[in-house]
Amino acid sequence: MPHNQPLFLARRSYRRRRMMDAVRLLPVFGAALLMLPLLWQPAETPEPDTAHGVVYLFAIWLLLIVAALSLSRGLAPALLAPEEPVRPGTGEDDGAEGEAG
Amino acid sequence: MRGKHIVLIEDEPNIAEAISFILSREGVRVTHSASGAGALALLQTAHPDVLVLDLMLPDRSGLEILAELRAVPALAALPVLMLTARGQHRDREAAERAGASAFLAKPFANADLLAAVRGLARGGA
Amino acid sequence: MPFNILVAVSLLYVVVLFGVAFVAEQRARGGLAGWLRSPLVYTLSLSIYCTAWTFYGAVGYAARSGLEFLTIYLGPTLVFVGWWWVLRKLVRIGRAQRVTSIADLISSRYGKSNFLGVVVTLMAVLAATPYIALQLQSVTLSFAVFASDTPEGWALPDQGATALWLAAGLTLFTILFGTRNLDANERHHGIVMAIAVEAVVKLVALLAVGIFVVWGVAGGVSDILARIDASPIADWNLKPGRWAGLTFVSAAAILTLPRMFQVMVVENADERHVATASWAFPLYLMLMSLFVVPIAVVGLDIMPAGSNPDLFVLTIPLSAGAGKLALLAFLGGFSSATSMVIVAAIALATMVSNHIVTPLWLALRVGSARAPGDVRGIVLMSRRLSIGAVLALGYTYYHLSGGSAALAAIGLISFVGAAQVLPAMLGGIYWRGATHVGAAIGLITGFAIWLYCLFLPSFGSGGLISAGVMAEGPFGIGWLRPQALFGITGLDPLLHALFWSMLLNTSTFLIGSLASFPGPMERLQGVAFVNIFDQSSGPGGWTRSAAEAEDLLSMSQRILGAEEAQRFFQAQAAAQGKLGFLPDPTPDFVARLERQLAGSVGAATAHAMIAQLSGGATVSVQDLIAVAGEAQQIKEYSAQLEAKSDELARTARALREANDKLTELSVQKDAFLSQISHELRTPMTSIRAFSEILMEADLPDEMRTKYAGIIHDETRRLTRLLDDLLDLSVLENRRVQLNIGVANLHDLLSKAVTAASNTRPDRAFVVQRDAASEHMPVFTDTDRLLQVFINIVSNARKYCDAERAVLRVEVKKRGRNVEIDFIDNGSGIPKKSQALIFEKFARLTDTSHAGGAGLGLAICREIMANLGGSIDYLPGQGGAAFRVRLPLKRAS
Repeated sequence: MPHNQPLFLARRSYRRRRMMDAVRLLPVFGAALLMLPLLWQPAETPEPDTAHGVVYLFAIWLLLIVAALSLSRGLAPALLAPEEPVRPGTGEDDGAEGEAG
Repeated sequence: MRGKHIVLIEDEPNIAEAISFILSREGVRVTHSASGAGALALLQTAHPDVLVLDLMLPDRSGLEILAELRAVPALAALPVLMLTARGQHRDREAAERAGASAFLAKPFANADLLAAVRGLARGGA
Repeated sequence: MPFNILVAVSLLYVVVLFGVAFVAEQRARGGLAGWLRSPLVYTLSLSIYCTAWTFYGAVGYAARSGLEFLTIYLGPTLVFVGWWWVLRKLVRIGRAQRVTSIADLISSRYGKSNFLGVVVTLMAVLAATPYIALQLQSVTLSFAVFASDTPEGWALPDQGATALWLAAGLTLFTILFGTRNLDANERHHGIVMAIAVEAVVKLVALLAVGIFVVWGVAGGVSDILARIDASPIADWNLKPGRWAGLTFVSAAAILTLPRMFQVMVVENADERHVATASWAFPLYLMLMSLFVVPIAVVGLDIMPAGSNPDLFVLTIPLSAGAGKLALLAFLGGFSSATSMVIVAAIALATMVSNHIVTPLWLALRVGSARAPGDVRGIVLMSRRLSIGAVLALGYTYYHLSGGSAALAAIGLISFVGAAQVLPAMLGGIYWRGATHVGAAIGLITGFAIWLYCLFLPSFGSGGLISAGVMAEGPFGIGWLRPQALFGITGLDPLLHALFWSMLLNTSTFLIGSLASFPGPMERLQGVAFVNIFDQSSGPGGWTRSAAEAEDLLSMSQRILGAEEAQRFFQAQAAAQGKLGFLPDPTPDFVARLERQLAGSVGAATAHAMIAQLSGGATVSVQDLIAVAGEAQQIKEYSAQLEAKSDELARTARALREANDKLTELSVQKDAFLSQISHELRTPMTSIRAFSEILMEADLPDEMRTKYAGIIHDETRRLTRLLDDLLDLSVLENRRVQLNIGVANLHDLLSKAVTAASNTRPDRAFVVQRDAASEHMPVFTDTDRLLQVFINIVSNARKYCDAERAVLRVEVKKRGRNVEIDFIDNGSGIPKKSQALIFEKFARLTDTSHAGGAGLGLAICREIMANLGGSIDYLPGQGGAAFRVRLPLKRAS
């Protein structure tokens, strides 16, 4: 992290920061959930449950996709626009638009 | 002036022709060179009575040639008439400093040219 | 299904792909790239991850090892949903440093070391060759399926021939659309578009077969789930090590496979596309995997025992009589194979050409950067040959291995090989302490272990490694057995190789980096890569460049092409506040130029070429301190200061230039006054002398006529001079009356060449022209334009000092302008005079016999300004070169 980032960010920039945290955590959670089969011995279960395994893995997969979709929508503009600090007078809800340029 | 020998160094062919015509009508023998290269050698073999020298030559300046020939003992006293088409005061001074005996600005009256050459030929010989 | 129809459909499909690529190329060239650069196309192009190995092999994999096949897609899914960590940084670095390949990334990061580039290139070629062979095999096999199924019972055509035709066709396609332009950053629109279409075809095909199987053959979702539990797949043996290991390998491979790097980083048009791909690509992978298990289960159920599960995607529809569906599935498999091969060939060819062929070629020619010759042509040719060579290698491998079963396992083996680049890559972008020595040791170690423990044994015992060595170890050293290093036996061979290669690779990389000391260039690049988000542009690294801008321009022209290089130099000069084509060789400019060149020939080569011209200048410790100091400054403050000082420097430079020009002009003006006096007095002298002669004497008639003739000629000479002066004065005041008409440019040039032949008619003079490019109408004052042309051609006749003078005329349409270049083969105009030749009375040599009074080019410049165009001196062309630029339609 560079030292020169503003201390207080506008509301939208603050949200964006938290989304960055979320997108960083997403693969960690994903990996944990997808490693569940390590604890699972399908060949030794009394009832065959491979079908459940299939459903579980695809459900997690879909979950990750949906999460990535919602996060990427919020973060794509951040790739180009710098963060704006709180400007005096504009309060929390500063209406600066059109920064995706 | 009859029997005198004059060397003319001038790059413009038409001007050279005019000068040759004017002088040879008076019985002067004229040797013409269109460039400054080899001028010194020409002068040493030709032994002219007067040198008529253009100031602006294509390969080297007339002033350079003048300075060089003044350094040669045999030619140090040769009367030189300097011609220039620029006619500025500076040029006249520069020519005199370099050792020109007389100076004539182009365009000149034919009579002035004759008078200048005559004067130099008389004084020099 | 008759075999001919299959062949016909495949050929038709190929023609359509050619068409798509061609149209995309055309649109991109016409500036209509718009939707070609959409995030959707980017995501679809990533689908080359799903090769024929996925399309056919995943079902076979599932039939043999249950759900384990999913790991191959879950790894990349994690990498993509975690795009903020690695992908975003990779793409940003790739764009900022104009990286051309994964080998270039590694080479560039570790001090532009070509050695590392060569290592990575060799590894990549070795790992990818069997994989390409696998694709050829899959297409050949799928042809065979249709052949064996024919009721007519015709004999199977020679499989080798099928593979050979396929390889040849792919080579042609790749060369056609993959080597059109050199700069890797000018993307391959045609190929990317064709791949996107293929991506759709293979997804639709696999989904169609899946839907057919679930709702056509089986009785819907619940029936399928029940069938799964009832099938032999339900007893699959989940090996935790393989589950985690394969997820890791596939996650690593998607970052390091050369072909993935090509589409993901090199072809990336916009960083925001990565954000879209972060969910869309996992979605694609999920859809591709969705029906794999159902197809495998149903295949095992209904197909006769012993049939190859790798071909269920084709054989199930065929056995169920759904010929059209089978055909679609065939096209899907064909798409998967071909798209992978095309991109892999481009990526590998770029690496081979940039890191092996071009440096070799440059090394073999001493002083090469200055030597004449078209580097661009060499690089393009070497790229084409490399594409051919890569495909030839793949075909040879296929041919030699005879389509053996060994190929089936090659997908994962290739992944493990590609993954060896991971430590050097991640270390390079996250750790400034990673060094060239560490990277080299790590890469070579990992690569050697992979080769010894996995790649060579994959040819089977008694193949490349003898059965004795496999069982006893080399020279009987037991702890060196390829599949039981250090005496640990009983491991899965793949995991064994993965564990040891990655562990030793990473640890030697770390130890090597910690123990060695990076060079200055390496540290600069380290900062540029690791702190990519903290800086708008990477550090330069060129100080006090000794290179002449003109030398740099003539070198760049040979790499980027003349137009591109001239445009770049002109823009850079403008940014410095200068006119013309030659910016000052400031460190900033040279660094920018190097990055531009790196986009074409790779970082190491570009650096070496510039170093040659800059007198081998290297980065000093002071430069490093400067970079470190900069990083600590408050960014905004320094940015402001920088902007201000940049502006000051620009203004100062402009002022200095103006002042120099004024001084030069004042000297010129004095010289001119003398000159004009001389030019006027000389004819007047003859006129006066001869008119006096005519007045007084009684001359013979013939002399009288001759002297009158001289007077006449000299008067005309005077008039001409006065005309020129007046013309110039009118043109300069823009009060000139233009006669706008239309003429064929070709005719005008011909007229000019003819008219100019009066100048020094004695001299042999060749004019090279290209009539085809010249035919175009120009709407302008044609007499004035002709005057300019005549002047330029006459000047060339007068001043070109080559033994055999040649003048080349080149006409190019550029936007709304036409540019006519006149280039001769003489010694050109010295740099210090280039700015002056268009000034009045600036005759460079003092030979008054050259003709006019030195007004020609000044008049030309004024005419072109009046016509709305320009005339410029074009430096760095070998001889004197003038560029006339004219608007095609005169703006009113």
